[in-house]
Amino acid sequence: MSRRTSWTQVCDYTVMLPERGVCALVDGVQVALFRTYDGGVHAVGNRDPFSGAYVLSRGIVGTRKDEPTVASPLHKQVFSLVSGVCLDEEAVSVPVYRVRVRDGRVEVSLSSLSGSQEAGSGTARGHTPLPLGG
Amino acid sequence: MRNLVVAGYGPAAHRLVETLVGKGFDGRITVIGEEPRPAYDRVALTSYLSGTSAEDLTYPVPPGVVTRLGSRVTAIDRAAGQVVTGTGRVPYDVLVLATGSAPFVPPVPGAEHAFVYRTIEDLDAIRVAAKDAAEGVVVGGGLLGLEAADALRSLGLRTHIVEMSPWLMPRQVDEGGGAVLRSHIERLGLGVHAGAGVREIVHSGGRVTGLRKPDGTVLDAQVVVFSAGIRPRDELAREAGLAVGERGGVVVDPAMRTSDPAIYAIGECALVEGMIYGLVGPCNTMAEVAADRITGGSASFTGADMSTKLKLLGVEVAQFGAMSGALDVTYMDPVGGVYKKLFVSDDARTLLGGICVGDAAPYAALRPFVGKELPAAPSDLLFSGAGAALDLPDEAQVCSCNNVCAGEIRAAVADRGVTDVPGIKACTRAGTTCGSCVPLLKQLLEKSGVAVSKSLCEHFAHSRAELFDIVRVRGITTFSELISRRGQGRGCDICKPVVASILASLHNGHVLDGERAALQDTNDHFLANLQKNGTYSVVPRIPGGEITPDKLIVIGEVARDFGLYTKITGGQRIDLFGARVEQLPQIWRRLVAAGFESGHAYGKALRTVKSCVGSAWCRYGVQDSVGLAVALELRYRGLRAPHKLKSAVSGCARECAEARSKDFGVIATEQGWNLYVGGNGGFRPRHADLLATDLSTDELVRTIDRFLMFYIRTADRLQRTAAWLESLDGGLDYLREVIMDDSLGICADLDAQMEQHIATYADEWQATLDDPEKLSRFVSFVNAPGMPDPSIVFDSERGQIRPVMAR
Ligand code: SRM
Ligand SMILES: Cc1cc2nc3c(=O)[nH]c(=O)nc-3n(C[C@H](O)[C@H](O)[C@H](O)COP(=O)(O)OP(=O)(O)OC[C@H]3O[C@@H](n4cnc5c(N)ncnc54)[C@H](O)[C@@H]3O)c2cc1C
Ligand code: SF4
Ligand code: FES
Repeated sequence: MSRRTSWTQVCDYTVMLPERGVCALVDGVQVALFRTYDGGVHAVGNRDPFSGAYVLSRGIVGTRKDEPTVASPLHKQVFSLVSGVCLDEEAVSVPVYRVRVRDGRVEVSLSSLSGSQEAGSGTARGHTPLPLGG
Repeated sequence: MRNLVVAGYGPAAHRLVETLVGKGFDGRITVIGEEPRPAYDRVALTSYLSGTSAEDLTYPVPPGVVTRLGSRVTAIDRAAGQVVTGTGRVPYDVLVLATGSAPFVPPVPGAEHAFVYRTIEDLDAIRVAAKDAAEGVVVGGGLLGLEAADALRSLGLRTHIVEMSPWLMPRQVDEGGGAVLRSHIERLGLGVHAGAGVREIVHSGGRVTGLRKPDGTVLDAQVVVFSAGIRPRDELAREAGLAVGERGGVVVDPAMRTSDPAIYAIGECALVEGMIYGLVGPCNTMAEVAADRITGGSASFTGADMSTKLKLLGVEVAQFGAMSGALDVTYMDPVGGVYKKLFVSDDARTLLGGICVGDAAPYAALRPFVGKELPAAPSDLLFSGAGAALDLPDEAQVCSCNNVCAGEIRAAVADRGVTDVPGIKACTRAGTTCGSCVPLLKQLLEKSGVAVSKSLCEHFAHSRAELFDIVRVRGITTFSELISRRGQGRGCDICKPVVASILASLHNGHVLDGERAALQDTNDHFLANLQKNGTYSVVPRIPGGEITPDKLIVIGEVARDFGLYTKITGGQRIDLFGARVEQLPQIWRRLVAAGFESGHAYGKALRTVKSCVGSAWCRYGVQDSVGLAVALELRYRGLRAPHKLKSAVSGCARECAEARSKDFGVIATEQGWNLYVGGNGGFRPRHADLLATDLSTDELVRTIDRFLMFYIRTADRLQRTAAWLESLDGGLDYLREVIMDDSLGICADLDAQMEQHIATYADEWQATLDDPEKLSRFVSFVNAPGMPDPSIVFDSERGQIRPVMAR
């Protein structure tokens, strides 16, 4: 199954602080972007599914058993930045979006990873940091 | 070799083959499923709409199992021992029917244009239809109907629910609960039409335009979803001449055998003792019973817990056990939207069941006690949320989805060294399905006497006090340095704010400087308090509660100009709510220009020093309580601590400032000041203890300095002074020895540390306004800096704004 991916530039990579998030509005969708300590960039939905507030980009970034995470700033549920799954309540998850760094710019694609062939859950855990610059 | 064939590949079939493979079943297993994929977690189906992929939901096929996907069993040839599919025949020695059920669609005109909500494909179809729809209707206000309605809402549709019964969820809640539930559902923005039916689905040109109710009125809708109950899929059994129930369902005995001993039926298609079980827990149990029988065991299905908990975000609804009893105890709070009812036996000792709306805390805690003696008086259980201190008997069922009892959890902890909830999940399966038993799992863990580790979190094996000493003695100045030397991983929402607070207590400096910005909770990160809708509140410092008319006017003007909700706090100051991140700097600029500074309402830091009017005006006052309160507030402002710090000064023993409910409180005497410490309002109120009497102002200040610094050094994370003092070995006497007699020889150190804090204090708002780089972070959207967040919406109440939660 192939599908064309369209990318939207959202900001300079250097605008993103290590281990902190920003929110981008892409085609009306709020995307929370995070830069992890290893330089990788992750994108998930900005809506906290527990509260309904659009705040995930403002949570604390960290790790749980080496998996990069963000904690909702409202009630501290922790989400995987790789799979979007809430690690405290696995029935709940947020969408994961594709993100890359091109020429120092961060780009997001709204074709959510969920449901697409190339991002089977099996590969999700073996995340490698994104190459910078590129 | 024996041939085992399973018709249908849903959760029940999955549990069956998984159990068989686990038991080492030596025959050949073939599963024939009509859906295009192996079984998946139907309970979590709705998460598919919020981004969970089909792959994530799908269960792995156990090794050695042959699957035929996208293939329907069309008939059973019992004489030949074969099942017939579209492409041929498959022989069986044992056949298991696990065909589940199908949504019931009432035979109304136009129903063929409506959707149902059962499979991934159903959701795909609904998602497509919702793309160019504005309104949706769900027919059926039960558990699944509400879940479907919430899903439509999350797809952006204005959604209505049509329910035949006079109230929602009639199978789980009674009329009183239904009324409270309705108010919650309506607050979510969903329309509720209870006691209403469907006459037809109105459509034109193949597109749905609405739903006509029996009274002729039409609800506009472009998407209609039926969720009006389920019907067991018993057609195969019926045509093959197996016994089926009058109202559907394949009749089975407690061994899950149908009227043909070579054929079993499990899951939602099976009729056991006249019951169809529409919940995954019992379906799994049936699968385990059948697997046991097929491999020569003697297990039986003896009925199951039908407790349910609504997973609709934001509204807690739960029902367990019976829905009636000789006696019932009800707690009702229509304002808070809480309704809780317990049914008990006529001697009020045995729990029969319960209903919870708005607060499901009793559900997890009390469900295991159904049929057993109550652990406390019913009214206490309803009030306390029935939280801690319940000693569950070993045989009490804790997880009903996976039929795990308390004893198994305890065994996992005792014998298999499990120390956390993920460990319990892996070991026992408890908590892996609907998740509603997880709070109880935590309690069991805590009570199992698992060696309570002092580790802060998975990243540091140290307590906060130990980390404080490491940072202080080694002169560590960054989180990265600390974690690379003493911890592992990259931290979390627990250890990062702790380290941020330690660094701030020891070094002061701006909380958003350098790497420290990444350690702060959102409140410290935006120097304001996060509210439920993603906006922030702003609290300028008003030392001692004393304020000039001019400053009051400025606050009023700022609130008016930015449209902020304004409230006098319980801390003698004014809180301005509803500011968006990009407005914060503009608001501060106005406030700072008028001489205000941050009140640190967001920080684990000094909050307020309340005062009474004191000797300046009051006819009873013996000292200037306002003057002292102002001085103390300015002295300790910005001081970061393990938890927030509150203080008050009263001008005489009448105590109008409530100083004895504070972390440090001062009450005037004829001779000077009495100092009280370790007081607390809040969750567990405690009166402060008298530490010293008749102090001069200098002595008082020095003693408070040391008290605060000693607390900051040695307290645990989020331990207020009250709890800290209670945990201090030697208590108040020891505290006196340390900070007044210098028994540890650290007083000079404590004094110096406080001097350093005071000398380096700077207003965080001002410093942020002066730093363009920090300021640039105050935007809702990094790619549209001027744009306000459209999800933030207000309506008004009593003349001021009030947040409306967006969908
Ligand atoms: C605004 C205010 C209520 C009001 O409208 O009056 C308030 C609001 C909050 N309180 Fe409070 N408390 C407020 C006075 C109090 C008081 C009364 C007082 O200070 O005289 C108490 C009891 C006294 C005490 O603390 O000992 C109080 C006990 C709490 C507690 C329980 C603390 C405890 O030790 O049990 C919390 C929870 C916590 O801090 O962990 C809390 C937490 C909160 C938080 C910060 C909850 C949060 O994280 O969102 C609230 C947000 C404030 C905001 O958004 O601006 N608030 N809170 C009061 C602000 C006072 C101020 O000017 O700073
Ligand atoms: C949205 C939703 C939310 C839910 N939430 C909860 C919850 O919170 N808690 C809870 O306990 N339960 C919940 N349930 C119910 C739970 O999902 C069911 O109890 C469970 O799926 C029943 O499993 P089953 O295997 O018996 O039947 P099913 O899941 O219906 O699986 C039967 C399978 O057999 C296939 N099949 C049928 N006939 C044939 C045939 N002739 N040939 C081949 N294949 C056939 C069907 O296509 C289907 O794939 C929920 C259900 C839904 C739809
Ligand atoms: S505490 Fe004493 S001095 Fe202060 S206002 Fe009350 S009565 Fe007056
Ligand atoms: S009760 Fe559902 S997972 Fe335990």
